[in-house]
Amino acid sequence: MAIFINETTRIIVQGFTGKIGTFHAQDMINYGSNVVGGITPGKGGQTHLGLPVFNTVKEAVQQAGAEASIIFVPPAFAADSIMEAADAGIKYCVAITDGIPTQDMMTVKNFLRRFPKESRMILTGPNCAGTISPGRAMLGIMPGHIYQQGNVGIVGRSGTLGYEAADQMKRLGIGISTSVGIGGDPINGSSHRDIFEQFEQDPETKVVLMIGEIGGPQEVEAGIYAKEHMGKPVVAYIAGLTAPEGRRMGHAGAIISSAGESAAEKVAMLKDLGVIICPTPAAMGETVAAVLAKL
Amino acid sequence: MDIHEYQAKDILSGYGIKIAEGGLAYSPEDAVQRAREIGGHVWAVKAQIHSGARGKAGGIKICKTHDEVEAAADYLLGKRLVTHQTGPAGKVCSRLYVEAGTEIAKELYFCFLVDRSSERIVMVGSAQGGMEIEELAITNPEAITKIYIEPAVGLLDFQAREMAFALGLDAEIMSHAVKTIKGCYRALRALDVSMLEINPLVVTKSGELVALDAKMGFDDNALFRQLKISELRDKTQEDPREMAAADRGLSYVGLDGDIGCMINGAGLAMATMDMIKLAGGEPANFLDVGGGASAERTEKAFRLVLADKNVKAMLVNIFAGINRCDWIAEGVVQAVRKIDMKVPLIVRLSGTNVEEGRRIIAESGLPIITAETLAEAAEKAVQARNEVVAKAAALEI
Repeated sequence: MAIFINETTRIIVQGFTGKIGTFHAQDMINYGSNVVGGITPGKGGQTHLGLPVFNTVKEAVQQAGAEASIIFVPPAFAADSIMEAADAGIKYCVAITDGIPTQDMMTVKNFLRRFPKESRMILTGPNCAGTISPGRAMLGIMPGHIYQQGNVGIVGRSGTLGYEAADQMKRLGIGISTSVGIGGDPINGSSHRDIFEQFEQDPETKVVLMIGEIGGPQEVEAGIYAKEHMGKPVVAYIAGLTAPEGRRMGHAGAIISSAGESAAEKVAMLKDLGVIICPTPAAMGETVAAVLAKL
Repeated sequence: MDIHEYQAKDILSGYGIKIAEGGLAYSPEDAVQRAREIGGHVWAVKAQIHSGARGKAGGIKICKTHDEVEAAADYLLGKRLVTHQTGPAGKVCSRLYVEAGTEIAKELYFCFLVDRSSERIVMVGSAQGGMEIEELAITNPEAITKIYIEPAVGLLDFQAREMAFALGLDAEIMSHAVKTIKGCYRALRALDVSMLEINPLVVTKSGELVALDAKMGFDDNALFRQLKISELRDKTQEDPREMAAADRGLSYVGLDGDIGCMINGAGLAMATMDMIKLAGGEPANFLDVGGGASAERTEKAFRLVLADKNVKAMLVNIFAGINRCDWIAEGVVQAVRKIDMKVPLIVRLSGTNVEEGRRIIAESGLPIITAETLAEAAEKAVQARNEVVAKAAALEI
């Protein structure tokens, strides 16, 4: 099962023929993802990496049956590409692009809400490493080989910290159903809570690991959802214990700007909500292992 | 990116917001000249630094004679002002804004910001102005009105009126209030403003609505399309190390600890710093070298971290995805050979081509301490730091 993507999901790459798009498209193909083509406006009809190039996402949906897309379009044009994908009927979209203006993301979110929920595209990112269902499909820029297939669902803001978690788990022989990067921006396509909903419904996922950080309300909102609606155990780590107030720690969204946004406050609230907290970032693997052992 | 009060007021007055007459001064003589031009017999001499709460920090002086203006300017120029927003290092004032005194009947609080929960712009106001909103949110949350704006239709007249009534404004100035509120919103949308605060917004004794202070912050991700705003950047208000890092495409935040860090990825960087703290140390900085950490970039990152004289040990933690550990290892070895490193270096590599990377470090013959896991890396860094401190203490004795 897994969530969002598997070996049959028909994938297109937006920003296909650029340097970055080409590199990662090849990497996804090598991993076994079912990439069926890509979009570069003006280059429709050409072939790239042995696959068709389309001018528009609509053509890719009609002619190649595209279902999922990944976006490598530069920040100034990325919001437009996301909305094009949604309009064309793409079901799941990952936006890798870092640096999309906040107002553009507000427009994107508002545009997506115009679709009825059953036909609304799910967006994850921007500014993320993508999504991987190990052993099945990779829709992202992560090193696929560090992920082992299994029963833990991971949702996180950060790329490399997600790799760290996957690596700790692999060392302990624990696998992953799907790992989803939701990105480090203040306004993103899906929240931790949105991904929790998906994992709760996925029969293959037994435990969910949330890798959060300072800034914003999303980790605690997800904790409230877990307490009220989830049967599966949730484990969490919140990065940024040493982050001072009001300073942006790399990610556009990683900034403590009001009460409840520091790592210590989030941890305390999540604990109260029954979420199992990883005492240190080096203990993500062990903490998940202990929870799995009790199931 | 933040701008100064005088710059924000200049922008806002272009959107129909009333401001008091004022001018910029770089010297006490300038300040007196501005006071003469403005006329009247009360002036506010205001330190221009990127921070709110300047009044409490002594950054705003009310003057009744030209001599007082001169003295205030002399006192403020070059002064380092510390507010809770600047951090303990404070910010140096190098320009002043001299403004005509305003006779205040009522002080209000008003701002716009991005609400991450609703993913909308929210307008926040309170009839209890002058106070800081964080304080008010705790002591008297009912006194705050919040109105959320639907992005597709923008701020509507009735919402502006609702806010104006919540601020306790009289019917006579309602149309001006609506114009002021909508003007702020237009500026916000047109210029990719992420935060706009007018505290206080005042009703004058003559019944006018005037922005007595103005603070604006802009979305860094949108500066590529706001070139006029980018020009307003005042680099003297920013941390020189952070600026140097940004110019090199690195993301750096200086902190008070003494274990220097170089990590790829913001999340892993924060987690590594957490681990250092949990192991009993304090990180000297946040530094994300990003995805394509070339040898050149690695060297620049090393120089940046080591420029902080507090650093007593340095930890490199790289989880290579697109990167390859062998490239990183080459970069580290090159950087260490080029820079005369005086502090112990701890390197932890993981991910793509890790064996090759470790071999390069081992065969370099350099005194690099290696670690396999995140926990081990942090422990070794703290231990190395403690040994350096102990050695220094022994030498002093």
